[in-house]
Amino acid sequence: MKRSNIIMLIAALLPLGLFLFPLWRITLEAPQYPTPLAMNIHINDFSDVHPHDIKNINLMNHYVGMKYIPEAIPEFKIFPLGIIITTVIGLLIAFKGNYKWFLFWFILMVALSGAGLYDFYIWEHDYGHNLDPKAIMKFTNPDGSVMGFQPPLFGSKDILNFRAHSYPRLGALFLGLGIACSLMAFLIGKKNRNSNTS
Amino acid sequence: MKNILKSTIAILSVLIAFTSCNNTSNSKSGALAGNVAEKVYVAPGEHDEFYAFISGGFSGQLSVYGLPSGRLFKVIPVFSQDAEKAYGYNEETKPMLNTSHGFVPWDDSHHPDISQTNGEIDGRWIFINGNNTPRIAKIDLSTFETTEIIEIPNSAGNHSSSFVTENSEYVVAGTRFSVPIPQRDMPIKDYKGNFKGSLSFISIDPEHGHMDIKFQLIMPGFDYDLSHPGRGKSHGWFFFTTYNTEEASTLMEVNASQNDKDFIAAVNWKKIEEYVNNGGGTKMPAKYAHNVYDEATHSATSTMKKEVLTVNPLDVPGAVYFLPTPKSPHGCDVDPTGEYIVGNGKLSANLTVHSFTKMLDAIENKKFAGDAYGIPILSFEDVLAGSVEQPGLGPLHTEFDGKGNAYTTFFISSEVVKWKLGTWEVVDRQPCYYSVGHLMIPGGNSQKPFGKYVVAMNKITKDRYLPTGPEVTQSAQLYDISGEKMELLLDFPTIGEPHYAAGCPADLIKPRSKKLFKLEDNKHPYAALSEADTKVVRDGKTVHVYMTTIRSHFAPDNIEGIKVGDKVYFHITNLEQDYDVPHGVSMIGANTSELLIMPGQTETFLWEPKQVGVWPFYCTDFCSALHQEMQGYVRVSPANSNTPLKWSLGEDIE
Repeated sequence: MKRSNIIMLIAALLPLGLFLFPLWRITLEAPQYPTPLAMNIHINDFSDVHPHDIKNINLMNHYVGMKYIPEAIPEFKIFPLGIIITTVIGLLIAFKGNYKWFLFWFILMVALSGAGLYDFYIWEHDYGHNLDPKAIMKFTNPDGSVMGFQPPLFGSKDILNFRAHSYPRLGALFLGLGIACSLMAFLIGKKNRNSNTS
Repeated sequence: MKNILKSTIAILSVLIAFTSCNNTSNSKSGALAGNVAEKVYVAPGEHDEFYAFISGGFSGQLSVYGLPSGRLFKVIPVFSQDAEKAYGYNEETKPMLNTSHGFVPWDDSHHPDISQTNGEIDGRWIFINGNNTPRIAKIDLSTFETTEIIEIPNSAGNHSSSFVTENSEYVVAGTRFSVPIPQRDMPIKDYKGNFKGSLSFISIDPEHGHMDIKFQLIMPGFDYDLSHPGRGKSHGWFFFTTYNTEEASTLMEVNASQNDKDFIAAVNWKKIEEYVNNGGGTKMPAKYAHNVYDEATHSATSTMKKEVLTVNPLDVPGAVYFLPTPKSPHGCDVDPTGEYIVGNGKLSANLTVHSFTKMLDAIENKKFAGDAYGIPILSFEDVLAGSVEQPGLGPLHTEFDGKGNAYTTFFISSEVVKWKLGTWEVVDRQPCYYSVGHLMIPGGNSQKPFGKYVVAMNKITKDRYLPTGPEVTQSAQLYDISGEKMELLLDFPTIGEPHYAAGCPADLIKPRSKKLFKLEDNKHPYAALSEADTKVVRDGKTVHVYMTTIRSHFAPDNIEGIKVGDKVYFHITNLEQDYDVPHGVSMIGANTSELLIMPGQTETFLWEPKQVGVWPFYCTDFCSALHQEMQGYVRVSPANSNTPLKWSLGEDIE
């Protein structure tokens, strides 16, 4: 097996780390929470970072009319399936394909990840803006529009008394490394091909 | 010339002003005072190094302080009702205060002692005695709640208690007042020879800490004042000071102070344990309550026990000896090595220290000076290790720093005196403000004291704080004992009247301290574990309300169909699962206290409506931003009305 194919094999397997480690984490800090509230987003689940965190995030959020974080969302079925399918494709490519296919897999993964992030953004936006009209507390922005409570997609942001952090976790690193490996496999494969022909 | 005079005067007055300024500031805050302040300063948000559990005396409770700051963290209700926490008021904890005399809402809590493993403080439980209606309580140091109380039969003035042996085999309770055993109608003047003193050995279940009276040693009718276990080489023995060996029964201050020497009773409990395990002892009818709080049901149950195993010391030869000790000894303190037994003869000029090794030798060589009711009295000279000569007036209690030093309180001369074990020389003395009783070094009753601080608990306060009328708080004082000389660091007020305290490094307890009760572990029979489980159930004239709280509402918050004359039990489950989010509740006109319900807990109060109307209830603990809105109504209809029983949350009752 060629070196580039071995790298592609690793690339295809790495995203499986998403089944072991959380993809993303949203952390909420406030003076009353010396231990911050935090939620891990897995490819198939939301989970507490400390016991009862999600319950307590919901309790906080109900004051401003945000919906409860759902037990399950359709993405929890689609995303794992997507990862399994792309891994199978990646494995087929690693065993059968050449470097051009590596590029194809790279582009496929970047596109799917981008779509996933966009989907996450849409969910976050809805979660932060689709507020109960009977909300206990209503806040407006300086321009008079209704204040949203969307956590950042990436980075940190002040939301009322909370400071929200949103950052990738180990699962995302596995996915990113897998994608990077496929690009590397492509480049190495291409270089070898060129050096062989010239 | 006039001008010169004027300016001279001006300059002089300025100079005088400066000088006087300097004088005042120098006298108030020297470099030394700053240094002392630093030693007790615990910065905001920082934690103290030690927990101190200081008994509440006539308050019946146990207070929790931090050292070195002297900050009060909690008052744990033990023997007295506490309206703040609903202890002894709610249906769940009322059984905790049950006794053979019925419900007793108060006691006099005295000597806290922390459980031990291998002679060292382990921080699992703390035990404390109720002096008046003899009881021993166990407090769980993961919840800081009283979880068990056992009444002691055949006892009165449960004072030489509640000290723990070095592997927490037993917590020991001795009677101060001897009484007829069994109790009977007899003339008081026939005390002598007829009254008896009981020393109770209460076994501690190693896993759950459950208490059970293993045996009671029925001793001559002296007053058994204080006690401490042997440790290390003397593990297996227990030592009790006695006074009133005169066996007087009136004008005790005179008549119980006549003998030149009273005794320290040395009890070989291992020997008696073996005797009892082999079927020894006499079962005697008795009546005493055993109250156990179950953390899963958040409820206590009270069981009345009918029998106790008694042991006559004469039936176990070699198990009990008397060590003559001058002048009505009070504190009975054993040093960390287990060799020295200090008898704090409160009316004696000298402090008497016995040697465990010499005691064993005297027993072996039968160096007896007679007997008392058949119990051998060892010869004073043959058990004496030494005396601290003229150390002060009125010695009461001694603690040890684990570095070969002992610290004794002197009530009359109002001071703590540091002296050396073995050489018996006085090293230092520091005044107390005023008339010190007990003192405490963290880990004091163990093989491993933490000799950094000593807390002196004073009986008289007078002018130490801002005056508060005729009744003033009691006061404790903290001394640094890390150096050769003691240094007074801090005064701090205490709850009730402290009799002894127990302390340990915070790290022993802090990591195990519970933050909340898990809802899924709640096995309370009337718990509603979600709002879907809430309901109101009528059973004749009794109504059970299964109610929940979560920020910021009750479920249900409207109830109709209650009638005058009903007995309404509000069972409130706090659905919160976040640290430090309790909810409180009370109902207008309820003849009981509020409830203060911790996250995941269920508590119950009884309301007996007497008047027709619509009556509100509300959350009594500022729980959240919408706390003021956390309220509800109960409609009370006439006794003969047909208002249907209905309840709701968020919608009207139709």
